Amino acid sequence: MITTDIGIIGAGPTGMFAVFEAGLLKMHCHLIDSLPQAGGQLSEIYPQKPIYDIPGYPAINAQELVDKLSEQIAPFHPGYTLGERVETLQKLDNGSWLIGTNEGTQISCKAVVIAGGLGCFEPRKPEVDRLAEFEGKGVMYAVRNPEMFRDRNIVIAGGGDSALDWTIFLANVAKKVTLVHRGDTFRGAPDAAEKVAELARTGAIDLVLKSRVVALDGAGHLEQVTITGPGGDNRNLQADNFIPLFGLSPKLGPIEDWGLNIDRSAIEVNTFDYSTNIDGIFAIGDINTYPGKLKLILCGFHEAALMAQSAFKYVYPDQRLTFKYTTVYGITELA
Amino acid sequence: MINFIVEDRNGVQQPIEIPEGISLSLMEVLKGSDYPILATCGGMALCATCRVEVLKGLEQLPEPGDEELDILDTLPFVDESSRLSCQLRVNETLEGCLFRIPEED
Ligand SMILES: Cc1cc2nc3c(=O)[nH]c(=O)nc-3n(C[C@H](O)[C@H](O)[C@H](O)COP(=O)(O)OP(=O)(O)OC[C@H]3O[C@@H](n4cnc5c(N)ncnc54)[C@H](O)[C@@H]3O)c2cc1C
Ligand code: FES
Repeated sequence: MITTDIGIIGAGPTGMFAVFEAGLLKMHCHLIDSLPQAGGQLSEIYPQKPIYDIPGYPAINAQELVDKLSEQIAPFHPGYTLGERVETLQKLDNGSWLIGTNEGTQISCKAVVIAGGLGCFEPRKPEVDRLAEFEGKGVMYAVRNPEMFRDRNIVIAGGGDSALDWTIFLANVAKKVTLVHRGDTFRGAPDAAEKVAELARTGAIDLVLKSRVVALDGAGHLEQVTITGPGGDNRNLQADNFIPLFGLSPKLGPIEDWGLNIDRSAIEVNTFDYSTNIDGIFAIGDINTYPGKLKLILCGFHEAALMAQSAFKYVYPDQRLTFKYTTVYGITELA
Repeated sequence: MINFIVEDRNGVQQPIEIPEGISLSLMEVLKGSDYPILATCGGMALCATCRVEVLKGLEQLPEPGDEELDILDTLPFVDESSRLSCQLRVNETLEGCLFRIPEED
């Protein structure tokens, strides 16, 4: 079990900066995010877009801002649990909180900061018969370990960059890769589209255009997918794995069930310190709501600073907090 | 005035009337009318959370641009009737159209 002062749900810019503000007050933090990388919307939706409203930076790329935030919080040695979704939050008898993820990781902390933004980014799922039944039994929405597809029959669906990239990669690993795309052209990275067309020409993969996977079948584990073509004709393909790659979409998810006051998918907070209706739980960044709320990175940073002051008093009720400027005392590394 | 109809996720249809010459996207009108669309990226054709299905009047709408097609092509279950509402300007091309808010993906 991981033990820390503050468990931060969401490693977007707000959660990351909260590590800094808490670190200045000598509190340890652990960040948890369902995405495999830190950065929230910046890394997931618009990594290459410039941002113009970060003080001190006339313009900075979203991914560069995330990289700089990582560097800025490194002296405070935050823990990271990435690629895992927080499912449960439980108050223990000793007053601390226990955060649990879908992978069974447990984080015990004195205070909880929800910096969940728009919610978890989850895979977009196509409408395919018996899809849910075969999840984990042949259906997967991401490729984590390409080796597990060695010598297997794989069907990939999608027309975006990840569908193209994984088709190219797995062509050398799997027994057979079939890429199913609803259109007849690929947009996005032209090199990848050209490479896929070349692999199809040489017979290294099967490319099925203007078609969709509509049903799955198998006994216990996936064995076959059904594909519908342009004229509505169906055909079955042998498949050990079906990998639909249609990007991610945000969902508030489990946070809704923790007894917090929620208004239109956002957590209501007290603007004094961004505390919620539950003692010891704070909510900062895009996930909270209050009169005048602006969903901006800058506002998330401000909320993190105010939250940290109250969180300190909550975590260390017996210690006195005196406000200090970083320019006076510098940044002292946390052990 | 520009008149079109919006059907919500429960199948309820409601007429919408917008004065001409207003520079808004359909996404902005839908959000302003409290329809539950996220429009996460604020209309930059990046998130697809503003997707609508055009049940009537598709042929009179301007063709989707490259940015819109790029994102539509990556979605699981879209067909020719799917459009990003943030990329549709509210003008006379929307007159008489019927837009449906699809299920969340
Ligand atoms: C296209 C676009 C352009 C933008 N441009 C600007 C701009 O120029 N300037 C500006 O200030 N703002 C801009 N924004 C808004 C800005 O991105 C958000 O305000 C900011 O990302 C909010 O940060 P956050 O940390 O609160 O949330 P997010 O960035 O949404 O991060 C939240 C994180 O929490 C994780 N999470 C949620 N629930 C769970 C859970 N249960 N378990 C595990 N992880 C969870 C999510 O996976 C996510 O990574 C833009 C947004 C978009 C989409
Ligand atoms: S609002 Fe994001 S694509 Fe339209």
